Amino acid sequence: MSKEKQWPLWEVFIQSKTGLPYKHAGSVHAPDAEMALQNARDTYTRRGEGNSIWVVPSDAIIASNPADAESFYEPSNDKIYRHPTFYVMPEGAKHI
Amino acid sequence: MTVNEALFNYCLRLGDNSLILSHRLSEWTGKAPILEEDLAITNIALDKLGQARFLLQYAAQLEGKGKTEDDLAYKRSEREFYNSLLVEQPNGDFSFTMARQLLNDVFDFFLYEELTKSTNEPLASLAAKSLKEIKYHLRHCSEWIIRLGDGTEESHSRIQNSLNELWAYTGELFEMNEIDSVLIKENSVPDVSKLKPKWNNMLCEIFEKATLKKPEDGFMHTGSRKGIHSEYLGFILAEMQYLPRAYPSATW
Repeated sequence: MSKEKQWPLWEVFIQSKTGLPYKHAGSVHAPDAEMALQNARDTYTRRGEGNSIWVVPSDAIIASNPADAESFYEPSNDKIYRHPTFYVMPEGAKHI
Repeated sequence: MTVNEALFNYCLRLGDNSLILSHRLSEWTGKAPILEEDLAITNIALDKLGQARFLLQYAAQLEGKGKTEDDLAYKRSEREFYNSLLVEQPNGDFSFTMARQLLNDVFDFFLYEELTKSTNEPLASLAAKSLKEIKYHLRHCSEWIIRLGDGTEESHSRIQNSLNELWAYTGELFEMNEIDSVLIKENSVPDVSKLKPKWNNMLCEIFEKATLKKPEDGFMHTGSRKGIHSEYLGFILAEMQYLPRAYPSATW
């Protein structure tokens, strides 16, 4: 199938439980939003993986450029005072 | 006919419908138009198989001859199957499969909705569980019908032709016999003739969105209530039943 005949691509995000963040699961091809939702349901939630789905046109996602990684992320790494590692943890505290 | 016998036969009717439609849909596995649709159709086939399994298990229990759901699925012959002629029709092209699904699912939707109110506890609980699945199947195929009908000139004419051809199998869905009269008295099953106006209305709404014409009522095929089938059921059973009949002690 030539590229022009492909349906648009949609990114699929799934929430596994109410309150948890949506996680990227993959992508599907579909002619429109409703079919994208159905295709996402059939492709990614067949075994009870989620209770809510987002589909987003892939075109609508703005991604950072891996080549910009240095200027984007590195400035924070050499300033250790930015990281919350100077506290004494109360004993028995979990999930920190 | 006792209530028990009627219930046994009724469960075969519903169970065979699910089993044969499941088999037909499973024939798409690996060759649906796109990957996502392949998974969708296979999902529906698996849902139908689950429904068939429960119904045939319950039927076997009602019969009380120590049989299993496998015995009922694999060791009955063509004339002992009571699925509708509609579900055994070959897949044809994609529009044909979707049209078959729509006509069946709209009917099943109203039937199972009524069955949730059944005084028969196992049937009512199965219906409640299946109804959730049926609602999704119906959503899936009706969205397709709308897109095919309102799509290109070719998709429109294909789906219209499929509906026209399959329409002759819809009269049978509303047929009733002694089994129904015995069970209606018990409030175990609904009078399906009363579902027809709702079935018609829902289809008309979908056809309107899809810019399709509702086919005219004309000649209607019949026979499945008596176990008389089209030429296709024998071929389905030959394929489906070959292994357990050739190797009766085979296990998974």
